Amino acid sequence: MKPRTIIEKLWDSHVVAEQEGAPAMLYIDLHLVHEVTSPQAFAGLRARGLKVRRPDRTFGTADHSTPTVADRMLPILDTIAATQVEQFERNCREFGIPFLGYRNDQQGIVHVIGPEQGLTQPGMTVVCGDSHTATHGAFGALAFGIGTSEVEQVLATQCLLQRRSRTFEVRVDGAPPAGVSAKDIILALIAEIGIGGGTGHILEYRGSTIRALSMEERMTVCNMSIEGGARAGLIAPDDVTFEYMHGRRFALKGAAWDAAVARWRSLATDDGAEFDRRVSLDASRLEPMITFGTNPGMGMAITSAVPDPASVSDPTERETLAKALRYMDLAPGKPILGQPVNVVFIGSCTNSRISDLRTAAAVLEGRKIAAGVRMMVVPGSQQIKAQAEAEGLDRIFREAGADWRAAGCSMCIAMNGDQVAPGEYCVSTSNRNFEGRQGQGARTFLASPLTAAASAVHGCVTDARTML
Amino acid sequence: MTIRSRTVVFPVDNIDTDQIIPARFLKTISKDGLGDQLFYDWRYLADGAPKLDFVLNQPESKLCQILVAGDNFGCGSSREHAPWALTQYGFRAVISTSFADIFRQNALKNGLLPVVAPREIQRELLQGSAEVTIELESQTLSLADGRQATFPIDAFAKFCLLNGVDELGYLLAQENAIRAYEDSHPAAVDTLRGAD
Repeated sequence: MKPRTIIEKLWDSHVVAEQEGAPAMLYIDLHLVHEVTSPQAFAGLRARGLKVRRPDRTFGTADHSTPTVADRMLPILDTIAATQVEQFERNCREFGIPFLGYRNDQQGIVHVIGPEQGLTQPGMTVVCGDSHTATHGAFGALAFGIGTSEVEQVLATQCLLQRRSRTFEVRVDGAPPAGVSAKDIILALIAEIGIGGGTGHILEYRGSTIRALSMEERMTVCNMSIEGGARAGLIAPDDVTFEYMHGRRFALKGAAWDAAVARWRSLATDDGAEFDRRVSLDASRLEPMITFGTNPGMGMAITSAVPDPASVSDPTERETLAKALRYMDLAPGKPILGQPVNVVFIGSCTNSRISDLRTAAAVLEGRKIAAGVRMMVVPGSQQIKAQAEAEGLDRIFREAGADWRAAGCSMCIAMNGDQVAPGEYCVSTSNRNFEGRQGQGARTFLASPLTAAASAVHGCVTDARTML
Repeated sequence: MTIRSRTVVFPVDNIDTDQIIPARFLKTISKDGLGDQLFYDWRYLADGAPKLDFVLNQPESKLCQILVAGDNFGCGSSREHAPWALTQYGFRAVISTSFADIFRQNALKNGLLPVVAPREIQRELLQGSAEVTIELESQTLSLADGRQATFPIDAFAKFCLLNGVDELGYLLAQENAIRAYEDSHPAAVDTLRGAD
């Protein structure tokens, strides 16, 4: 048999039917739903008199428009958001879908709780009406974001019509220097291939650096595959994966677990399998990364200077960069280090897990955030919040002057009232620096939790290596 | 299906779906009223007053059915509100050199044509509004001076658009195949029961 990549193995094992001229019908093992991209899909089911075909393969949570206030018994003040959250829970109940609602003590960001609950497993197809579904690829799952029409299709049939994507090997080797994290690796990759570089492809992250990452770090890498244009990005499962999963609420047990592990080991890309495209990064040469513009591909080493549109020859590309710098109000040629910041955000499905919070807390312990800086720390789930509090991290954040919040997407997408004011600069551990993403007129620098915490202490963009 | 119209031009690459419709408008539970929120932060000042010099606020734009944009249109978030807002404003096609994967799929499901043009034609069209004709049957894009380019489109999506085939109906009709697949592939997870 021809050697296959893990991507091809996952694809082949989920094709339900493939008719001449039509895309393949792909079976979906796990469908995650949230309040923002599902209401119109449920309305569509009602209009056609359809049921959810497999509620036992569907799981919901409310995360995007939910407040991050500590007391969840309080009513949601934003009446439009409150209606959306109530409608979501009503939809889940009516259609028999299990969910962790806003007031559940295990609620959290959909891409954080899937793995945390043990729902995400190697070998699965996972979809969600959210582009950061790629996060689940860290477990060796084929996981990708879909639109609301597709949410409705999966609810009704558990299937999607899909054309096969091309395969893209991302090889990362070498030991990252101190101060260089998983977030810096993925920001460096996106800066290299560009925001559209992975369009039409599924990425497989490979190499010694990837193998050495923890599951939480692997999720950070896979999470941002979409920022390089790839709908999905994955990592073959190994002992690190199995150790993370073992014993979680929905994980298999006993003999079923042992059999599954043996099956999952065979998912890895075969020797000699060919990819349509390849790129490699040497992690030992990386520096902490930061973005300067208005898409995640506009990133650079933190010691670099803001690029000059005058050096770009194509007029549309030049205008794209010039427009970004006007929005960011940054001067070409100026170093980014020392750029004053108003807000620091630690959170999002990219960097809100316990290891991210520990990293940030280690920088802040015994220090204060700079005068005039507002810092928000938002755990990815209520379980992570509880764990951080058990470890005393919340106390470190509070004593440093940061605002310790409850779980949710929060300031990553600014739908719930947590936002950056117009014109303010924010160092953010989230995944998107688009215009207005963190609030109308907000200016975002994407970076790692380490860089974010260091920048909070100094009140300006800071190279955390100077504080290690 | 033929679309003949003047174009609205956005000469910037990588226009993301957060620009097409900002996230704060996604708290809605319906599909209605999104056309007014299209490119909201480019169209309106912070106090809600329209920016009169912005192209979408000019009356003639209301009649334009074709948007021309820089490379990699529709990147970022998977929100289907983006093609909903574009079609509700009145657009029926977007011309670019490339489209983000999720946006392209969402657009096709809503009758919005993602037209991939050769870069030299797209770059030329980005210089100013022009009369353009798009014909889906022959997959051709015609400029006012008679030059033409063909564009690729997924054959199944084209069939569905031209014949009004509803994808969900197509999937529902495959019930036997779905059941056969499920019978031979036991579930790895049961979200209703967990581990207990």
